[in-house]
Amino acid sequence: MARAEATAPEKGTPVGRRVFLGMVGLAAAGVAFGSKAQDWLEHALAPITARDGTGLSTFLPVGRFRIYSVTGDLPGKNVADYRLKVGGHVSQPLTLSYADLQAMPPTDLNKDFQCVTGWRVHNVKWTGVRLGDLLNRAGLMPGAGGVQFRSFDGAYTESLTMEQALRPDVIVAYSMEGKTVSREHGGPVRLYVAPMYGYKSCKWLDAIDVVAGKPEPGYWEERGYDVDGWVGKSNGRDDKPTS
Amino acid sequence: MVATTSPRAERQRLVRFDGAERILHWVNAALFLTVMSTAAVLYVGPLAAAVGRRELVRQIHVWCGIALPVPLLVTLAGKWGGGLRADISRLNRWTADDRRWFRSFGRDPYVELGKFNPGQKLNASFIAGVIVVMLGTGSIMNWFHYFPVDWRTGATFVHDWVAIALFVVVVGHIGMALADPDSLNSMLRGTIDATWARQRRPRWYAEETRTSDETALH
Repeated sequence: MARAEATAPEKGTPVGRRVFLGMVGLAAAGVAFGSKAQDWLEHALAPITARDGTGLSTFLPVGRFRIYSVTGDLPGKNVADYRLKVGGHVSQPLTLSYADLQAMPPTDLNKDFQCVTGWRVHNVKWTGVRLGDLLNRAGLMPGAGGVQFRSFDGAYTESLTMEQALRPDVIVAYSMEGKTVSREHGGPVRLYVAPMYGYKSCKWLDAIDVVAGKPEPGYWEERGYDVDGWVGKSNGRDDKPTS
Repeated sequence: MVATTSPRAERQRLVRFDGAERILHWVNAALFLTVMSTAAVLYVGPLAAAVGRRELVRQIHVWCGIALPVPLLVTLAGKWGGGLRADISRLNRWTADDRRWFRSFGRDPYVELGKFNPGQKLNASFIAGVIVVMLGTGSIMNWFHYFPVDWRTGATFVHDWVAIALFVVVVGHIGMALADPDSLNSMLRGTIDATWARQRRPRWYAEETRTSDETALH
């Protein structure tokens, strides 16, 4: 009897099955309540990540940017080679270098960045030129109704109504967190539309076209996102407003 | 060569993993390393900028992720899956000794282990859970149009945290394998030294040697 017990194939409690089913159950709960848990975790971890000297916490999935691009690649341009074109329904089309933008009166915005896919980064510091200042410098012609943006990735487009474009919290940003906007964040120059979801803030900004009448919807709006992408009031989401 | 073909020398090695299990392990390992390295490129900004070709990386990640359960299911389904099915039932069951081993962090000298230690059992259960959870949450992320908006946020949340845990576990798994060359070697060649089994996995050693004794008697 003792020998048989010692050599019989293993019996015991099915802990493996419990671990497996527990993980699947927790994951289902995470999918259902993850958006709430995420906010809670961000607040809980904020004091730790703020004091982390190793930099390891930047890998944690809290309060960090996800990098998206609609083309196969991340486009890039040198600060020296960069030119921003402002044209269309304006009296004086402009071609501005990075230095030209820096020479204009700067605007700092310190706001949350909210993505329509759910992630949010708190207190991101942007510096740039108000889009309204640029448009006024180019001289809006009567009947100018909207603004279209083109990215130098060759595919992405965005648009704003004239009323939205002239808001003080809409800037052409050349600096993020005190440094030139990096390539993965859409640098060297990108649009930053503070009150709207991230897809409105066209990365790798190449050209600004003023149009008479209603502007064409942008890349993601053609694919189902709301044209007026206000944070918390569009795309069926109820996030806290960012601006 | 002569020594290994003699019956006596043969009895000194036990079959730990059969051919189907070994193929499954390495196909799984290749798929996991692919999804994990593409995940790193998608997730870490500077890596994304260095590698570029984001859409291609995303496609590789998604398709290897979808393929992940296939080798396991194929191995389980066929007549070649006997060894795997027996090992899965061993990995599932925890004995009183396993619990003691686990509570003492593997230091209790009186514990008699079976074929797998509780760490290996947890690793197997975790990986099985990871495959299902990542496939589910990844599908919601990939085909988000068919799901409520909140699910997309929730699925991303779960996918990211489980990925971090998976990185830790896989690094640990590789570290343990490198620290025990006999064990690693048995996942390559299938057999392991009987002395290793007698010392490290006495219950499994007893199981194996009793069966072969009985076979010899009949």
